[in-house]
Amino acid sequence: MLHRQRDFAEAMSPDPTMERKTAIDVAGVVKRFGHGPAAVVALKDVSLAIRDNEFFTLLGPSGCGKTTLLRILAGFEAVSEGAVSLYGENIAGLPANRRSVNTVFQHYALFPHMTVAENVAYGPQRLGRPVKEIAETVARMLQLVKMEKFAERRPAQLSGGQQQRVALARALAPHPKVLLLDEPLSALDLKLRQAMRAELKQLQRATGITFVFVTHDQEEALSMSDRIAVMSEGEVQQIGTPTEIYEYPANRFVASFIGDANFIVAQIDGITGGMAKCRSVRGLSFTLAAAPGGKPGDKVTLFLRPEKVRIEAPGDAGLAGMIQTMEYLGQSIFYQVDIGEDSPLIVAGRNRDDGGTPYKTGDRVSLVIGADALRMLVA
Amino acid sequence: MPEFRNVGEVRGLRSTAYGFMAFLYLPIIILILYSFNSGSLVMVWSGFGLNWYAKAFGNADIQRAALNSLIVATVATALATVIATLAALVMTRGGPFRGRGASLTMISLPLMVPEIVTAVAMLIVFAGTGLSLGLGNVIIAHVTFCIPFAFMPIRARLEGMDTTLEQASADLYGSDWATFRYVTLPILMPGILAGAMLSFVISLDDFIITMMVAGAGSTTLPVYIYSMIRQGVTPEVNAVSSLLLLASVLLVTLYWLVTRNRAAATA
Ligand SMILES: Nc1ncnc2c1ncn2[C@@H]1O[C@H](COP(=O)(O)OP(=O)(O)O)[C@@H](O)[C@H]1O
Ligand SMILES: [Mg+2]
Repeated sequence: MLHRQRDFAEAMSPDPTMERKTAIDVAGVVKRFGHGPAAVVALKDVSLAIRDNEFFTLLGPSGCGKTTLLRILAGFEAVSEGAVSLYGENIAGLPANRRSVNTVFQHYALFPHMTVAENVAYGPQRLGRPVKEIAETVARMLQLVKMEKFAERRPAQLSGGQQQRVALARALAPHPKVLLLDEPLSALDLKLRQAMRAELKQLQRATGITFVFVTHDQEEALSMSDRIAVMSEGEVQQIGTPTEIYEYPANRFVASFIGDANFIVAQIDGITGGMAKCRSVRGLSFTLAAAPGGKPGDKVTLFLRPEKVRIEAPGDAGLAGMIQTMEYLGQSIFYQVDIGEDSPLIVAGRNRDDGGTPYKTGDRVSLVIGADALRMLVA
Repeated sequence: MPEFRNVGEVRGLRSTAYGFMAFLYLPIIILILYSFNSGSLVMVWSGFGLNWYAKAFGNADIQRAALNSLIVATVATALATVIATLAALVMTRGGPFRGRGASLTMISLPLMVPEIVTAVAMLIVFAGTGLSLGLGNVIIAHVTFCIPFAFMPIRARLEGMDTTLEQASADLYGSDWATFRYVTLPILMPGILAGAMLSFVISLDDFIITMMVAGAGSTTLPVYIYSMIRQGVTPEVNAVSSLLLLASVLLVTLYWLVTRNRAAATA
């Protein structure tokens, strides 16, 4: 069943990816701050390859090392161990001002004493481009981010969203090979943030520049990225497309960090033809595809997304349970269903045509779990 | 629950404040008023007149002293500001280095050392080394005590400046020099101007140190005023003092205008 994953990836992207050039190759990078026993290890052996023309996202909770990795790519920090290369060239010793990489800073870092146009012109000017070309670039960039009307303003006279656009235009103006974005949307309000997602994605397609985007917001990551690297405590947990990450999380951390998840601790009783029979602590039995390397007797964690369970009236089919609590969120309704395990199963129901919430607290129900919905995590 | 009280409501505070202001400014106001006295007695008003100003302007010694004051203040300010700017850059952007704390103390120490001690020390240095550059000696002495005054506002401005701006410049292909020239320096400018104005005013009205190190022919305005007083206070002293005050007030006002406009542009 795990083969489905590969099939999916191939169906989703036009060319079978592996042929594409590698934009950034991070190999065995370790980053320590400080020395000796007091050192903070921000990155522990990080390896990843970012492809040319890709919208690549570093996703993880605050403090997991995303910014540190981005600063290493930009040239503001040196690695403690390992190597970083940009289009095949080792850039370990290359200072920030000689890397064809530009950054959109988290708080924009616009030059306060310059106008919007001067900010955008700064990169091409330092590169010594001809005056006429710079003027054209500035006009084109401001048009790209819809800020033509604000060319003569100063950053202090702009709203947060406008400053964000200027920061984007300024970083894109020298036409870098790679654009680094450190949580660029985090300072915007929700509506603007959602609108900017589509725009950023559009901008990446239009410019063909490789984007490395940092966020702690899983929705942002899922909605924009070609591929995502999920990080935790200085380590990469999984790299994959949004679908792969959501549907086939590599471990419990990834499963719980992205979306909602139910976990059931179980033991493999036996495996026949790739299908494992598992028994939970409380004696519930499940049959599902065995994870590679799983053998009878192994302790495993079963994982199930709340929206992949269907609630039906009590019957023979499915898992018997009782609704403990329900949480009405408009679009969806979350039920906690007691199935006799240590913790209740979270089940998401969609709001129906009739607007009804057919079940209420205390109802006995039957839970139907799709054949492929239950996944096995080895860790 | 302690009740909130406006400090302005504290009994007697208002009158104390007014009394204090009067104590500070009344003598200065009287000094200015009597500079317009037409008579020759300092404390007897005999009518309005600008004759003492005319006399002061016509006095060749005063002219020379005023010119000396301007030369010393201008040159000392220029040197002190450059040195203070470099020092502030090293202190805030140079990373940690051995002796950083000690250097910081050394730079600010002249603010705490009694001026007479600095003056005597300077005198000993000049006497001991036989250095005799005329006005040059005065300038050297002024540079030493102007540095901390120029240093403080420059360092404050640098410390308040977001270092990601300099990173952004490097990210956009700016060399170290370009980053300094196009990002750090323009943003630092209000601090540098503040430091320069402060050190100019301090230099302009310095008396003790100048008195000690100034040889014949290097007399500055404050030293000259002192020598006039010793021969008896005439309204001419009032007139010259008023002019010196006017110069200081103009400078401070200029500084205030410059920093206010800058702040509005960069805030
Ligand atoms: N300059 C630094 N000195 C010491 N520790 C640092 C420094 N920068 C980052 N760290 C530490 O490295 C870890 C990762 O930080 P960071 O990369 O900023 O995380 P994220 O961007 O994912 O929130 C954190 O524990 C942080 O405290
Ligand atoms: Mg961060």
